[in-house]
Amino acid sequence: MTDAVSQSSPSRLTHASAAMRGKLAEKMAIRNLDFFYGDNRALKAVSVPLYANQVTAFIGPSGCGKSTLLRVLNRMYSLYPHQRAAGEVLLDGKNILDPDQDVNALRARVGMVFQKPTPFPMSIYENIAFGIRLYEKLGKAEMDERVEKALRGAAIWDEVKDKLNASGLSLSGGQQQRLCIARTVAIQPEVILFDEPCSALDPISTAKVEELIDELRAEYTIAIVTHNMQQAVRVSQFTAFMYLGELIEYGETDKIFTTPAERRTQDYITGRFG
Amino acid sequence: MVNHTIKAFDADLESLDRYISEMGGIAEKMLADAMDALASMNIELAQRVIATDPRLDMMQREIEDHCVRTIARRQPMAVDLREIVGVIRISADLERIGDLAKNIARRAARIASETRLPRAIIGLKSMRDLAAVQLNDVLDAYAQRDPERARAVWERDVELDALEDSVFRDLLTFMMEDPRNITFCTHLLFVSKNLERVGDHTTNIAETVVYIVTGEPLPIDRPRGSDSPTL
Repeated sequence: MTDAVSQSSPSRLTHASAAMRGKLAEKMAIRNLDFFYGDNRALKAVSVPLYANQVTAFIGPSGCGKSTLLRVLNRMYSLYPHQRAAGEVLLDGKNILDPDQDVNALRARVGMVFQKPTPFPMSIYENIAFGIRLYEKLGKAEMDERVEKALRGAAIWDEVKDKLNASGLSLSGGQQQRLCIARTVAIQPEVILFDEPCSALDPISTAKVEELIDELRAEYTIAIVTHNMQQAVRVSQFTAFMYLGELIEYGETDKIFTTPAERRTQDYITGRFG
Repeated sequence: MVNHTIKAFDADLESLDRYISEMGGIAEKMLADAMDALASMNIELAQRVIATDPRLDMMQREIEDHCVRTIARRQPMAVDLREIVGVIRISADLERIGDLAKNIARRAARIASETRLPRAIIGLKSMRDLAAVQLNDVLDAYAQRDPERARAVWERDVELDALEDSVFRDLLTFMMEDPRNITFCTHLLFVSKNLERVGDHTTNIAETVVYIVTGEPLPIDRPRGSDSPTL
């Protein structure tokens, strides 16, 4: 019987000890971030690192600001009026909140997967190719190769390779979500943001997506917002607990869930939050 | 601590608490009765202790089963998880203490007809007293989730080791004095070993209490009191 854990690379058991953490590079760094919906201050002086090739989970009760925070990381909020961010969000050391930041270029480097699968109303092939074409001019053979690579990267190639011309909407919910992940990795981002990616999925599809997230870690830096604490424990190496717009506690996932430092963190993860 | 939103979870944890309390009480009584049977050559009392042991075994299995079901049902985290792991460990230590008391009772039944050597028994009484205090203290420490009290029990075990050492030397002396003492003293050597093992299990429980409350283990090397190897 093979040891499934050792087959996934890097092994999810490679949790960084505090000493090792000194060797982890910050892919992104959130520094003193405030966020406003109109006059309402939804994020208060939040500072959190996103280490390269690590999965960082954001947990907290509804309204705590975790989805808001995620949407700052690729400037999604810029699409809406009356929403503004103050502070710094560094990607490879450069502040993406700067007015001179090209948001399209940013979103090519920082991809996002949403709660509800959102495949384009196109063929499976076109779902992948469409995004690539926005940035690159490729011949058919090269495009075929990129599409296959993306679909393999999302662990869905075997299921769709014989029906690439079928509509993306003809797939099951779990497959659609993996198609969306394939679409995201197709343009070769550096960071992938997941906003409750499994909320709409059945347990088997959830497990497949979680396994995929673990494999993606080898090439990407990942942030995931989740309501499901067991999922946060399973997929992440670092966890941030938020409440009412503030970061309450941040640390290695194992430590947060076995010996949290803050009473509010413990109350939330043990189901004592009332 | 604030209650769980799901009340049944609190109820699960409380019933585990009561189980341990009950097991602890039974183990304490078995130990006291076994030593009384030894000191007063009371075969009937010894046999009652032996007959109590299966109950303790059954309770340990029930506790473990209850813990496994609680883990499956509640996916406990943090202090709740440590509590349940702690209960599993403590129930195993209490079950072993019961076994050791049963072994002492068996010895008591076998030597009841032997010639008495009052001096040999005195060292064992001191061991018995200290082991009983340790067990009582650690069960209190658990009930109050008091890591300082648990730590004190853990540190005091060195005194029990030292007592065992001196009992060992005394019994050797008696055996050398007169070969007719050998049978009796050999039985008592085993009893002293059993009492020393009760102390070890008590310190295990102390370590578990500290772990439950703080999430940190005590140091690996418990203080040790005797230089010479014991049986």
